[in-house]
Amino acid sequence: MAKKPHDTPNLDQLESGPWPSFVTGLKRLAKDKDSMVDLLGHLEHSYKTRQGYWKGGTVGVFGYGGGVIPRFTEIKDANDKPVFKDAAEFHTLRVMPPAGMHYNTDILRKFCDIWEKHGSGLIAFHGQSGDIMFQGCSTEGVQKAFDEINELGFDLGGAGPAVRTSMSCVGHARCEQSCFDEGRAHRTIVNTFLDDIHRPALPYKFKFKFSGCANDCMNSIQRSDMAIIGTWRDNIQTDEVLAKKWFAKHGMNELVNDVIGMCPTRAIQLKEIKAVSKDASVSSVAVNDTQALEFNNKDCVRCMHCINVMTGALAPGKDRGATILAGGKRTLKIGDLMGTVIVPFMKLETDEDFEKLVDLGKRAIDFFAENALEHERTGEMIERIGLTNYLEGIELEADPSMVSAPRTNPYIRMDGWDEEVARVKAKQAAA
Amino acid sequence: MSQPQMRKPVECGVPDHMQYLHPTLKKNYGNWKYHDRPRPGVLHHVSHSGDEVWSVRAGTQRQMDVYTIRKLCDIADKFAEGHVRFTIRSNMEFMVADEKKVAPLIAELEKNGFPVGGTGNSVSMIAHTQGFLHCDIPATDASGVVKSLMDELYHEFKHEEMPNRVRLSTSCCEINCGGQADLAIIIQHTKPPRINHDLVANVCERPSVVARCPVAAIRPALVNGKPSLEVDEKKCVCCGACFPPCPPMQINDPEHSKLAIWVGGKNSNARSKPQFMKMVAMGLPNNPPRWPEVAEVVKNILHVYKEDARPWERMADWIERIGWPRFFEKTNLPFTKYLIDDWRGSRSNLNASTHIRF
Repeated sequence: MAKKPHDTPNLDQLESGPWPSFVTGLKRLAKDKDSMVDLLGHLEHSYKTRQGYWKGGTVGVFGYGGGVIPRFTEIKDANDKPVFKDAAEFHTLRVMPPAGMHYNTDILRKFCDIWEKHGSGLIAFHGQSGDIMFQGCSTEGVQKAFDEINELGFDLGGAGPAVRTSMSCVGHARCEQSCFDEGRAHRTIVNTFLDDIHRPALPYKFKFKFSGCANDCMNSIQRSDMAIIGTWRDNIQTDEVLAKKWFAKHGMNELVNDVIGMCPTRAIQLKEIKAVSKDASVSSVAVNDTQALEFNNKDCVRCMHCINVMTGALAPGKDRGATILAGGKRTLKIGDLMGTVIVPFMKLETDEDFEKLVDLGKRAIDFFAENALEHERTGEMIERIGLTNYLEGIELEADPSMVSAPRTNPYIRMDGWDEEVARVKAKQAAA
Repeated sequence: MSQPQMRKPVECGVPDHMQYLHPTLKKNYGNWKYHDRPRPGVLHHVSHSGDEVWSVRAGTQRQMDVYTIRKLCDIADKFAEGHVRFTIRSNMEFMVADEKKVAPLIAELEKNGFPVGGTGNSVSMIAHTQGFLHCDIPATDASGVVKSLMDELYHEFKHEEMPNRVRLSTSCCEINCGGQADLAIIIQHTKPPRINHDLVANVCERPSVVARCPVAAIRPALVNGKPSLEVDEKKCVCCGACFPPCPPMQINDPEHSKLAIWVGGKNSNARSKPQFMKMVAMGLPNNPPRWPEVAEVVKNILHVYKEDARPWERMADWIERIGWPRFFEKTNLPFTKYLIDDWRGSRSNLNASTHIRF
């Protein structure tokens, strides 16, 4: 039995309504834990005054430099003593999830038991970086909780100027649109950089994210320094049985308006079956006895729209892999940056393919460590030095798929042009 | 005296996910053929092997107490097959290889207060941040805002009635940890930081604070004989970038930290290229515990989108078709000079054409 609860008139209002209430959960924990009684008081104070009252500090586990987010209360009385003394320390452990965030109930129950014993009993699945957030622990409890979580085969995630915890979509485990083994790529890459996760020593954070197709369910293009997004090089695959089934249910209006009309590169045409092109880069599928969809795969940009609408009837090709983009991040401080292409296509099937991906990651981290300014992300660095210098730095060849258009101004020294043309031609000839 | 023996961490990194996969998922790893949605909140996947799996998606409060997690585990053990996963938006998915288990599982989840939905063209759970609960720099709360909004959007979570999927996020400072979304609610500060000059010298690494400012408005200064920092308030854009490295530069203000609404963010490459979201409303009060003014604007934009967009148009696709003047007209939101971008690269956001809809 815990101490008497504080009055929480504001938070009480968040217990009504149909959506699950975190306040009800906090109150349940507060029946047994004084720390949660005070946490509720602390939160209510924030609601009342519309201000936050946590400050950071230095708390960690033995052997690591990051992974714990320290929080100390700033609500103090006249004698500088914490008003909510049992919640005066409320640290978070960031713990890396399995790829695809799969669990069984056994491991979840074990997490609960550990966190009930050493922490507040409040766990967030998951934080915005992808970590399991074990929220609310005293300084003393941090090491004990970590030791037990670590014994279960789980490890702390990143914080500060470090390689960060990664996320990957459900992908291969349950998605027909998956173009590479996201879980394997995620685990292989992140576990290569554990030293850079656990001992923050980079100019700033570096995030990898893995999405199995261009739907990018992990939002990797906007939120990661290196985005690995699945794609394919050969023709869209088709299945006539499922295509006819789709058409029978949805009809011609939807086929024209929702599929053909929404293709961003006009790569799909409706044809009489007998008029469909026999070109090797064309794929097609009959939707009824006389008409077929014809796909000009040279024009297709692998956006995923038609496949999303007609799942199963249409599918990614067989020659699958990933496009790699660099430099995505949100606004501070030079404005939003979208990841941009640095590798148009990379196979991700064999051990050797995955080694190449790891090698690219290493070059990107090494270059970032040596060339970024303090608190500068990869995208900001690329903006400062230009993509060309970045490509040279991480040993990648320029490719027209990396730009939306060639340069529109003449302001560049070009006295190396002839030599570069000769080099590119020689390289093409050798390939 | 000897130090106590410390346990050395096992640097095991990301655990192998294969050990936690539902058996049907494990067996058909990389071999799925297609999926459909028999009803909102349920995904039905079919493998090339002929195997099938049903995933039932339920909303959670994200910050969960162990009792809630154990209850969900009990449901997973009794009504599903002991395996779950989480989506990026904190929904929990229960996988079953037997279709007959779907209906009782849904009934049990809903009986225990977990709404089933969030699939396809619904409004899914709001991606959010830590807020007052745990963040060191929040101007507002996160979980509370989300709880309030999801109460209002409950019907849209449980039904697939939108033109396409709708992704929402909230963020309690301008850093926007909540991320890009079809519709985002983000704090916008309107006053420069209030500086406690007694503390700056001891707490802040001044050169790095100066370097952090995106508009070079901060400079070192002696104030009352103490080394401190001063802000050129005419230059300051009130972004709050100086506050995390220098807590004595308080940016959060109960009155003057407002809420802004952004729309049209899209990370998917489907149809149009990915896009950043754009600010369309500002000045909404930070009004806990339920932020009614924010909910009103959010619901209005979603309602207009729902009525007006065509099937498969995301918020960004819809606005691209109808144009910004009509977006503001239809949503009855005022377009003001503050919404014209003047930051780096802003000219690409101006209309360099005579393409105007009348």
